[in-house]
Amino acid sequence: MRSRWLMFAITFIAILYFYMRDSLVTTSVIGTAITFGLPLAMAAMVGIMCERTGIVNIGIEGTLLVSSFVGFFTASASGNLILGLISAVAMGAISGLLLSLLAVTWKMDQIIAGTIINILATGLTSFFYKQGHTIPSTFPEVDIPGLSSIPFFGPVLFMHGPLTYAGIILIFVLWVALYKTPWGLRSRAVGEHPSSADTAGVSVIKLRYLNVAIAGAFGGLAGAYLTLELVGSWDRGFSAGKGFTALALMIFGRWNPIGALGAAIFFGTAQAVTNQLMITQVVTIPQQFTNMLPYVLTILILAISAGKVRAPAAEGQPYEKEQA
Amino acid sequence: MSTLLELTNITKTYPGVVANENISLSVNKGEIVALLGENGAGKSTLVKAVFGLVRPDSGEIRIKGDLIAAGDTAAAINHGVGMVHQHFQLVPVMSVTENIILGDEPRRGIFIDKKKAREEVVALSQRYGLEVDPDAIVEDLPVGMQQRIEILKALRKDVDLLILDEPTAVLTPQEIEELLGVIKNLASTGVGVLFITHKLREVMAVADRVVVLRNGKTAGATTPQETNEEGLAQLMVGRNVVLQVDKSDAVKQGIVLSIRDLQANDDRKHTAVDGFSLDVHAGEIMGIAGVEGNGQRELVEAICGMRPRLMGSVLVDGQETPDMAPHKVHRMGISHIPEDREKHGLVASYSIEDNLVLNQFDQPPFANGWIRNATALEQNATNLVENFDIRTPSIKTTAGALSGGNKQKVVVARELSQNTKVVVAAQPTRGVDVGSIEFIHKQLVSARDNGAAVLLVSAELDEILSLSDRIAVMFGGKIVAILDGKDADRAKIGRMMAGLAS
Repeated sequence: MRSRWLMFAITFIAILYFYMRDSLVTTSVIGTAITFGLPLAMAAMVGIMCERTGIVNIGIEGTLLVSSFVGFFTASASGNLILGLISAVAMGAISGLLLSLLAVTWKMDQIIAGTIINILATGLTSFFYKQGHTIPSTFPEVDIPGLSSIPFFGPVLFMHGPLTYAGIILIFVLWVALYKTPWGLRSRAVGEHPSSADTAGVSVIKLRYLNVAIAGAFGGLAGAYLTLELVGSWDRGFSAGKGFTALALMIFGRWNPIGALGAAIFFGTAQAVTNQLMITQVVTIPQQFTNMLPYVLTILILAISAGKVRAPAAEGQPYEKEQA
Repeated sequence: MSTLLELTNITKTYPGVVANENISLSVNKGEIVALLGENGAGKSTLVKAVFGLVRPDSGEIRIKGDLIAAGDTAAAINHGVGMVHQHFQLVPVMSVTENIILGDEPRRGIFIDKKKAREEVVALSQRYGLEVDPDAIVEDLPVGMQQRIEILKALRKDVDLLILDEPTAVLTPQEIEELLGVIKNLASTGVGVLFITHKLREVMAVADRVVVLRNGKTAGATTPQETNEEGLAQLMVGRNVVLQVDKSDAVKQGIVLSIRDLQANDDRKHTAVDGFSLDVHAGEIMGIAGVEGNGQRELVEAICGMRPRLMGSVLVDGQETPDMAPHKVHRMGISHIPEDREKHGLVASYSIEDNLVLNQFDQPPFANGWIRNATALEQNATNLVENFDIRTPSIKTTAGALSGGNKQKVVVARELSQNTKVVVAAQPTRGVDVGSIEFIHKQLVSARDNGAAVLLVSAELDEILSLSDRIAVMFGGKIVAILDGKDADRAKIGRMMAGLAS
């Protein structure tokens, strides 16, 4: 806990220091950090929602891949971004339902179930992929009137596309819902000790289905954000390991939405800073090494968190009602 | 008197087992019905069927006259059924309040009304005189307190029928008295109570009626006035049972097992055994009495080399045994009947034959260098199955296929057949039928008579009292007192077990 606060304090002081030295670059770097971090944070929410109800979801990567694919090609074919968004979210939810079917109904090993989703997503998207498609535009940046003119915070927080805002708001909504509402209490109970919830009249199966499906939809939103707002194109292997990184951030953030958001922004900052250093050629290291950064950081994060965090107790175990 | 619960011909089969066969039973308003039976008799299955946690294959469940659909927990709750489960149904990382309100949370808009929830819990605990701290985190509380939360949880929804599934298994004698008092009080306010237990004493103390199950069938129904403990035991087992262990006075010899200032942590890295010292003589049974969770498990594991000893030593015949080396510890003469036989006592997928040599498979005559000796293995198994009355179709049957009592007999046979100096028996009769208990007790006494030092750890105070020559009472990882088995007083030990001054 202390190391976490220390880390945030250091980050804060560092940002302040660099802002004093060069406000323009610092603002742009932190803005980029949000852009990089947000899809990871949203993908981490998928993990949090699933694992809090006791379902391990290593299929986030697949969800991102397949939903961004469907989103992009729907938008491309129809010329309508909204339609693309809707189809991506729906596709995400479907991938969540598939996970539920495998892991909840069929009580399959959850790691295998997640792997199936990943393999399926890679296979299907590679098979149906056709080169040369484009979308008319990406979701445009919407500056929030007033707020966007605040120095530093304006450009960093209030000059983004609509899906960025939606993502950030939804993360806070999830946080409140998880800790303040009956739904959250029940979900956490199901993830910790499902038979307690069952004996209190909460349907473990229904809640798991519901949450994993909503989580999938969340993943769909992340996929839509990546392709329709951030990048504007789609290529094979588009999600590039973000779904796995998200799992590490979920653990680092202790299965808490705000914690994972913080971790994701920290992660995004590291990437943005490296990019900046590369662009300005302050350091010249081969690009291969900078490309390794996310993965090295993921390993570091997991090494730091290992043993210090406590996962939901019932994670990964199918619920057998009759043994209650 | 109006009928609250009416069960007609309930049948439930699991693959290969008939858990309940045509069981009928009723509970009236204000009545305490004890459901008595051995482990595996089908008591838990039956009450879980009432509460909708198990779906019976056939039969009718009527609560207050209404037919309840099979497997419908919510309907059971709505009809005023509350259940206190054998394994606590509490979320360890959540607060007392959160646990109690789970499933029916007071709301303000879409949010939980935390203030109202807390008030509700306080009011509830005052109403029934069961004091709890609404803000405490459940996993930090002692088991007696956790059970209180279970009861409050069950009582919260204006319960008319309260089901208690072996509620006394983990309590101190004082807590049991308290609980029985609470049950009587509830019944006097008109609540019907269905109370599962296999402890005859409790049945005699509180029940209005007793229904006895045996092998999934109703073996008989009676009242405490019409019978006594022996009569109930006979109904449970189906034959005469000697409840009193028959043993002669101990012939105490020199000290064999010597534990010095032992210290060990539990799984959560908290001190569980805290400077424990004890000498056990050859030819005596030393009983360790204590409420579960006071370091007994950790003590046994530290002695047997399964848990790191942070400090202190364990000596056999004056020689120090190595830390964290169960096989070497066993070689030095400590036999171990583990608390969790499924996990530490047996390999379920191995044959009985192999399980009987698990800790000496590499020793002659069972092995010659690298090669196992099939004849010796068979002979050993045949002898032990015969002598220890292990009921099995064959020595090649896998251990997992046996009943609980017979599994335990396999473990006991292996550990007691090796003429060891020390026998550490942890909960040797847990989950074992009355007939096997009788047999295992006899075997422990005969190990003692053959000159072994027996360290008996048990959560069943009756077991400790009837077997032990000396009794060490353990509380908070330490010995509170050592008493002579003969003049041990149940109530006094109970107070010590609860950590109250003697």
